[in-house]
Amino acid sequence: MTALSIIYVILFYLAMITLVVGVANKIVQYVRVPAPLKIAVTPAPITRGGVVYRFFTEVVFFNSLFRATKWTWIFGWIFHLSLLLAFFRHLRYVISPNSFLWPLVNLEVVQSFGKYAGFAMLFGLTGLFVRRIFVDRVRYISSPSDYLMLLLIFAIAGTGLLMSFSKEVGISGVDIIQLKAFVMGLFLLDWQSLPGDIILLVHLTMVLFLMMIFPVSKLLHAPGLFFAPTRYQVDNPREKRHLSDWGAAIEAKDGRNA
Amino acid sequence: MADFETPQTHEFPVIPTVMEGAMAHSSPFVASAEFQSEMGFPGDGGLIEGWKDRFLDLLDDKLGKYRSLQVFMDTCVKCGACTDKCHYFLGTSDPKNMPVARQDLLRKVYRRYHTFAGKYFPKLVGAIDLTEDVVNDMYSYYHQCSECRRCAVFCPFGIDTAEVTMAARDILAQVGLGQKYSNQIIPKVHKIGNNLGLPEKALADTLEGLEEDVEDDTGVKVRFPLDEKGADILLVTPSADFFAEPHVDGLMGYGKVFHAAGVSWTLSSKASEAANFGLFIGSYEQMRQVSLRIRDAAKELGVKRIVFGECGHAWRVAYNHLNTLAGPWDFLDQSYPIPQHILEFTKDCLDRGILNIDKSQNDDMTLTFHDSCNIARASRIGAEPGSQFTTPREVIKAVCNNFYDMSADTIHDATFCCGGGGGLLTDDLMELRVKGALPRMESLKNVIADKGVTHMAAICAICKSQFTKVLPYYGMTMDQIVSVHQLVGNAIILDGQGDDADESDDADEAA
Repeated sequence: MTALSIIYVILFYLAMITLVVGVANKIVQYVRVPAPLKIAVTPAPITRGGVVYRFFTEVVFFNSLFRATKWTWIFGWIFHLSLLLAFFRHLRYVISPNSFLWPLVNLEVVQSFGKYAGFAMLFGLTGLFVRRIFVDRVRYISSPSDYLMLLLIFAIAGTGLLMSFSKEVGISGVDIIQLKAFVMGLFLLDWQSLPGDIILLVHLTMVLFLMMIFPVSKLLHAPGLFFAPTRYQVDNPREKRHLSDWGAAIEAKDGRNA
Repeated sequence: MADFETPQTHEFPVIPTVMEGAMAHSSPFVASAEFQSEMGFPGDGGLIEGWKDRFLDLLDDKLGKYRSLQVFMDTCVKCGACTDKCHYFLGTSDPKNMPVARQDLLRKVYRRYHTFAGKYFPKLVGAIDLTEDVVNDMYSYYHQCSECRRCAVFCPFGIDTAEVTMAARDILAQVGLGQKYSNQIIPKVHKIGNNLGLPEKALADTLEGLEEDVEDDTGVKVRFPLDEKGADILLVTPSADFFAEPHVDGLMGYGKVFHAAGVSWTLSSKASEAANFGLFIGSYEQMRQVSLRIRDAAKELGVKRIVFGECGHAWRVAYNHLNTLAGPWDFLDQSYPIPQHILEFTKDCLDRGILNIDKSQNDDMTLTFHDSCNIARASRIGAEPGSQFTTPREVIKAVCNNFYDMSADTIHDATFCCGGGGGLLTDDLMELRVKGALPRMESLKNVIADKGVTHMAAICAICKSQFTKVLPYYGMTMDQIVSVHQLVGNAIILDGQGDDADESDDADEAA
C-alpha cells in the first residue's frame, strides 16, 4: 500500500466518525431539549399519520418552499433530487455483487440516471448561486460560507462528471475496480490501494471535507427538519394535555394547577 | 399626520429593494425600574452591570429549555424563502425586517459562542461578538416583529421567527431592556384583572350601561352578568370589548347570542381579560400566571364551560397553552371543547337553527374578513384543520348577504398581520404600525375597488384597535372595521323584539 492510500484510509475513517458522531450528537441534543409548548403552525394535522403525510410533502416535494418562491424551489428541488440520484449511483462502490441489493443498484436506469444527474446538479447549484448573488435580499443574508458551500458541492459534482465522462473529454479513466476494492476494504478492515488519479483524489478530498463539516454547518438542516415543533406536533392541545418536565416542575412547586 | 410617509399601495404587491437602516431608529420605550421591578426584571431603562455574561447564560438556558430555539438556530440555510414574507419588511424595506435577518441577530451570537465554526471561523459563517450595539439592534428589531408566524408557513424547515423573537425579548428584559408597554400592562392584569386596569366597580357600571343600550335598541332585557356564581359559562374576553369601538359591539353580540341560546353565563372581574401578554414577552412563567387567573375564576364561580371572546393572541394562548399552563380541566364539563371559541358557540347555535336571523339587517354593508394571524396560524375554531378559516366566514355569511374575500395570497394561513400585534400596539411604534399595515391595506383597497366592499370584519381586539388607527392613514375611515359578533348581533332578532322595538323607534322619532 502506498503512503497516499494510508493517508486516505485514515481520512476516510476520520470523516466517517466525525459525520456519524457529530450528527448523532446533534440528534441526541434535539431529542433531549424539551418542547414545553404546543406551537404547531396551523392548519396542522390532528393525527400522527397526518404528521407523517405533512413531512412526506415537505421532504419529497418541498411543499412550503414551493409556496414561497418558485425559482428557489425549482433550483433547490432539482439539486436535491440529483443528489439523491447520484447517491444511488455511488452505492455500487459499497455494495458487493453478491448482495441482494446489487441487481437494484446495477440497474441501467439507476446508473445512467445517476450519471446524468450530475448535470442537473450543476444546473441547480448554478441557479442557487446566481440567485444568492443577484437577488438583493438573499445577498444581504449570505455569509462567505453560504457561497463556499455551493462552490464546494459544485466542484464535487464537476470532478465527478469529469470522471464519468473521461472518454468524452479525453482524459484517462479511473480504475473503478480498484476504487471499489479500496472502499470495500474500508468496511471490511482489509485495506487496499487507492487509485492515484488526481481528479479522483480532489473529488474524494472534497467529499471527505463535506462529511466533516456536516455536523458543524447548515447541512444540519437535514436532520433538523424533523425536529421543528412547528411541523411535527399534532394539533390536539385541547384534547391532550401537553406538559414538559420543567413545566411540571414549576407546577409542582406552587401547586396551583391542583 | 406624522413625521413619516405612509407607504404607497399598489394593485399588485411590490417587493421592495432593500434599504439598510431604514427602520434603525424605531424602538419602543424601554421600561424604567418602576415597571421592570414589578415584573421581577432588573435595570432602570438600560443594560445592567455584567449584562453580557448574564445574556449568554440566559441564552444557554433558553437553548436547553426550548427545542424550537435550539433547532431553529441550526437549521437555517439562508435560502431566502422568507425574505419577502414579512409585512414589516414589505412596508419598511429594512432588510433586518426580513425574518431570516431578524433571526440572524441572535443566530450570529449563537454561532459565535455555541458552534465550532463560529468560535474558530467567525467571519466565514457570519458570527459576531455580543456587544452593546448588537444588543441595541436586537432591542430595536425584535420589537419590529409581531410574532405573526407568516414566515414560518413558508420556511422549508418550519423555522418560526416568533420563537426567536420571544426568546430574545425575554433575555433582553432580564438584562435590563424590558419593553415599557408590555411590562406596564401585565402587572395590571395581576392586580386588577385586566390590561386596562378597569376595576370591578367600573366594569359593573359598564356592563349595566350595555344592558341599557341593548334594551333601548331592542326592547329586550339582555343580561351581561358579572361574577355570577353557578353560571354555566365563563366568558373570557379582551378588556377592549368593554369600551372600545368596534369591540363593544361584538360584546353586545355575544350577549345576544347567549340570551337567544338561553344559556346562563357570566364574566369574571378577576379574569376580565382574555389577552395574555406573557406570550409577547416570551415568558412561560408570566403566561402561566396570567392563565391561572382563569383557572381560579372558573373554580370560584363554579362554571362548567369556558368560552373565549374575539381576540387573536388570546385564542392562541387559550387554544394551545391553557391546558398546558392552567390545566388539567377535569372539573369542567368534558362534553364541550375546553376552552371554546365564541364562534364555535355561535356556529353551533346557527347550525341548530336556534337563532332567529334577519340577514337584511346587515344589508348596508358589504363585508370582507381579515384572518387574524394567531388564529389563522396557531389554532382551530372547530373540529377540522382549517376550521379557523371556514367557521368565521360561515358565520358571517349566515348573518350577512354581501361577502367577498380578499385575494387568495393574503388570506387563510397566508394572511398578513394587521401591523400592531405581538406587543407593538403602542403609540411609540406608530410609524412601524402604519408601515407594517401596508400589505393588508393594499389587499383591502383592492377588494374595495373590485367588489365594492365597505367593511372589514375581524375577530381580534388588537386587529380592531390597530385598524381603527391606521385605516385613516390609507385614506379609509376608522369605522370600516367591524367585529364579527357585531354583525351577528345586528342580525339576531330576539324573542319579543318585533313590535316593541318599532314602538320605541317611533317614540324616539316623536321625542
